[in-house]
Amino acid sequence: MKKLLTGNEAIARGAYEAGCTVAAAYPGTPSTEILENIAGYKEIYSEWSPNEKVAVEVASGAAIAGARALAAMKHVGMNVAADPLFTMAYEGVNGGLVLVTADDPGLHSSQNEQDNRHYAPHAKVAMVEPSDSQECKDFVKMAFVLSEQYDMPVILRVTTRVCHSKSLVELEAREEVGIKAYQKNVQKYAMTPAHAKVRHVIVEEKLCELQKAAEHSPLNRIEWGGRKVGIITSGISYQYAREVFGDEVSYLKLGLTYPLPEQKIRDFAAQVGEVWVIEENDPYLETAVKALGIKCKGKDVLPLCGELNSGIIREAFGSPKGKKVAAGLVAAPGQELSLPGRPPVMCAGCPHRGLFFALSKLKDVVVSSDIGCYTLGLTPPLAVTDTVICMGASISAGIGFEKAFQKGGVPKKVFSCIGDSTFFHSGITGLIDAVYNKSKICVVILDNRITAMTGHQDNPGTGRTLQGEETAAVDLVPLVRAVGIKGENIRVVDPYNLAETEEAVREAAAATEPFVIITRQPCALLKDVQRARAGMYCAIDQEKCRKCKACMKIGCPALSVKGGQVVIDANSCNGCGLCLQVCKFEAITKAGE
Amino acid sequence: METAMMQQDKANKDEIKKETASKALLLVGVGGQGTILASKILSEGLVQQGYDVKMSEIHGMSQRGGSVTTQIKFGPKVYSPLIGPQEADVIVAFEKLEAARYMTQLKKMGTLIVNDYEIYPLPVLLGQQAYPENLLAVLADYVEKQAGQLKVLQAHTLAAELGNARAQNMVLLGAVVKALGLEDFAWEEVIKSFLPPKLHDLNSKAFQCGLSF
Repeated sequence: MKKLLTGNEAIARGAYEAGCTVAAAYPGTPSTEILENIAGYKEIYSEWSPNEKVAVEVASGAAIAGARALAAMKHVGMNVAADPLFTMAYEGVNGGLVLVTADDPGLHSSQNEQDNRHYAPHAKVAMVEPSDSQECKDFVKMAFVLSEQYDMPVILRVTTRVCHSKSLVELEAREEVGIKAYQKNVQKYAMTPAHAKVRHVIVEEKLCELQKAAEHSPLNRIEWGGRKVGIITSGISYQYAREVFGDEVSYLKLGLTYPLPEQKIRDFAAQVGEVWVIEENDPYLETAVKALGIKCKGKDVLPLCGELNSGIIREAFGSPKGKKVAAGLVAAPGQELSLPGRPPVMCAGCPHRGLFFALSKLKDVVVSSDIGCYTLGLTPPLAVTDTVICMGASISAGIGFEKAFQKGGVPKKVFSCIGDSTFFHSGITGLIDAVYNKSKICVVILDNRITAMTGHQDNPGTGRTLQGEETAAVDLVPLVRAVGIKGENIRVVDPYNLAETEEAVREAAAATEPFVIITRQPCALLKDVQRARAGMYCAIDQEKCRKCKACMKIGCPALSVKGGQVVIDANSCNGCGLCLQVCKFEAITKAGE
Repeated sequence: METAMMQQDKANKDEIKKETASKALLLVGVGGQGTILASKILSEGLVQQGYDVKMSEIHGMSQRGGSVTTQIKFGPKVYSPLIGPQEADVIVAFEKLEAARYMTQLKKMGTLIVNDYEIYPLPVLLGQQAYPENLLAVLADYVEKQAGQLKVLQAHTLAAELGNARAQNMVLLGAVVKALGLEDFAWEEVIKSFLPPKLHDLNSKAFQCGLSF
C-alpha cells in the first residue's frame, strides 16, 4: 500500500519496519515529528529526553544492550550530543544505532545554518542522505543494517524540505529482529585511553572496508542522460537538479555520503564532459571531488547561504546545451509595494508578555534570553532582549555579562530568561554555576507547562511522557532551592498579574544574591486553556478611552487601531487582562468570565 | 472483479495523465486559517486519482501569526517539492496581503484565487506601517500582465453565512478544484475523512459553494 507521508513520518515508519525497539529525542524543528510518530508504534519504547545528549546516550546504551535504537535531533542538537557521538564511533554497536540529524538550510526555525554533513568524517561514522519520503524509510532500514554490519553508529542526515515534504511511500511489514544477546566486553564498551587506542585503529579499518563497499552500494546510483554534463548531488538538491535539467544531463546521485565511493566518482567524471556539484550550504561533496583531482563547478556559482531551489540552480548553471535558460525571475512588484512583513508574534494571551512588559519598565538591565517562544521578547514594542545564543545560554552567558560588568564597573542588572523545557534541557547547570560562583543575576523561569514552540511536547515538568503515561513532574521550587538559591530569593508569580510580576522584578533588580523568579501560567494555545478561556475577552469602553495607546505598548495582536479607535478583537483575545492593567482610565473591562 | 473493459478504461485514463505535465499549486495564508488542512485534503484527493504528489509546508512559527505557505505539485512524476518563481499554475491566497506577497510565483496564464479578507500583521497593528489599500487593483494589474485569471472570493463571509467562518478553507478548496478542472472526483468523501461527522454538512456546503466560482 502506498501512502503520502512526510519525511519525518517515513523515518518513523522505517524505524518501525526495521524492528527498532528504543527511540529517544528532544523536540526541535524540523525533526520533532519523527519521535511523535514513533510514539504511535507500541512495539517501540520511545521517550522525550531532557536534551539531545541524553537522547543519544539512551539510544547508545540500548544499542550496546542489543536493541536497534534511534535518536533524532535538529542540527544544533547534534552539537549537544557530539560528546557521546564521537566516542560511540569507537565503541561501535551491538544492535544497530541510527542518529538522525535534521538540518535547516534557509533557517526556517533555527539560530544558525550549520551543515551537519561534516559530523560524519569528523566523528568517523557512516552517513546516509535520503532525498524523498520513500528514501527516508528505505535508508533508515539500510542504516540499521550498515550499523550492525560495520559496527558503527550511522548518521541519517535530512533537511527541512525532506522532513516536511510529503511524497508517496510503499508500506511494508515490521521485521522482528528482537534484542541481540549482550556480552560484557570492556575493551569495546568502556573507553579508557588503553582501550580507545586499540579501538581507534579498528575504526579506521572499518571505514576503509565500508569505503570499498560504498563503490557498489545501491545507495549510490548513476542515472545516465546527456553526457555533456554530469551532476554529482545528494539529498533534496538531487530533486531540484532533476527538475531543472531532466534527461539533458547525467546524475551521480549519492545516498551514502560518508565514506564516499571515490572510484565511482572518478569513473562517472571520466564519462561526462564536465562535472557540476549541486549541494546546499557548504561545499562538502565539492571539496571531496576536487580532492580526487577532478575539475568541477559548484560553489563558484552556487550560494553558500540559504537553501537552493530550481530558480537558483537555473540562474547559476544555465543550460548544458549552451544557451542560458531564463531564470523566470522578474522584478517583483511586491518589492515596489513595500508590503508590511508578517513576523511571528507572541500570541494574544501569551503568558510571557507580562514578564517582558514588566522588564521593559526597568532601567539599566540586560536581558540574556534563550531558545523558545519567549525569544520573541526581542521584538518591538517590548524589545527588552539583548542576547540569544543557544539552549541554556541565557543563564551562563548572563553570568558572564554580570562578571564583565562587575569588572568594568557597569551598573547594570542581568536578567536571564529561560523556558521550563529549556531549563530542564541545559539551564540547570547554569543555575548551579550562578550559585557556586556567586553571580548576582536574576534567572526567570518562564514556566508555561509545556514545550511550546515546537508544537506542545511534554517535558520533565508536565507529568506526562511521550507515550502518554502519567509520571513524576519535576518541581521547580525545591529544585531551585536544592542547588542553593535561598528561599527569600525565590518568587513564584502569575504573569497575568502585572502588579505581582512588576514587584518581583523590582525586588530581583535590587537583590545582591542570585535570584530566581518563576512565572507560572500555562501556554494560551494549550487545548485545555483554550477551552477554559473560550468565552473570555476584554473590551474597550470608547467613551472612557482617551486614546493614549498605553495598551498598545504590550504588543498584543488582539489590539489594533481602527479608524482612530483602539479596538480589541474578541475572537483572538483570551481575556488575560494585561491591557486592562496598563490602562490608567479604566476604559478596558473583562467579559465572559 | 475488474472487467477487461474497465481495465482498458483505467489504462486510457492513466495514459491521459501521463501526457499531462506536472502542475504546481501554491496555498498562502496566515497561521490558523486552515491552509494546511486544505492542502492535506487536496494532496490526498490527488493521490487517490493516481497522481504522483509532493506537498511541502513551512510552518515553523506560524501558530504565532506568521505567513504559512504550502506547495503542492502533482503529475506523472514529480521531483522537486518546491515551486520556483513563475511556476505556480494556481495560487490560492487565504489573505489579500499574502496574495500580493506571493503573486510573482504565478505562471503566465495562471489563476490567482484571492480571499477578500484582511489580517493585519504586527507592524500594521502597531501603526508602523499601513495595510495597503489598493491590493485588489494591484493584483488585477499583475494578473492581467501575466495574461492570467483573477478570482476574488468573499470566502470568509460566505462560510460565515453557511454557519461558521472557519469553513472558509473549504470554500477556497472548492474554488481551487474548479480552477484545476478536477471537479470530476468524490472530493467530499476525502473532506469527510479528515473531519468529525458533526462538521461534514457545513464543510460539504462550503466546498460546493467554492465550486461555483
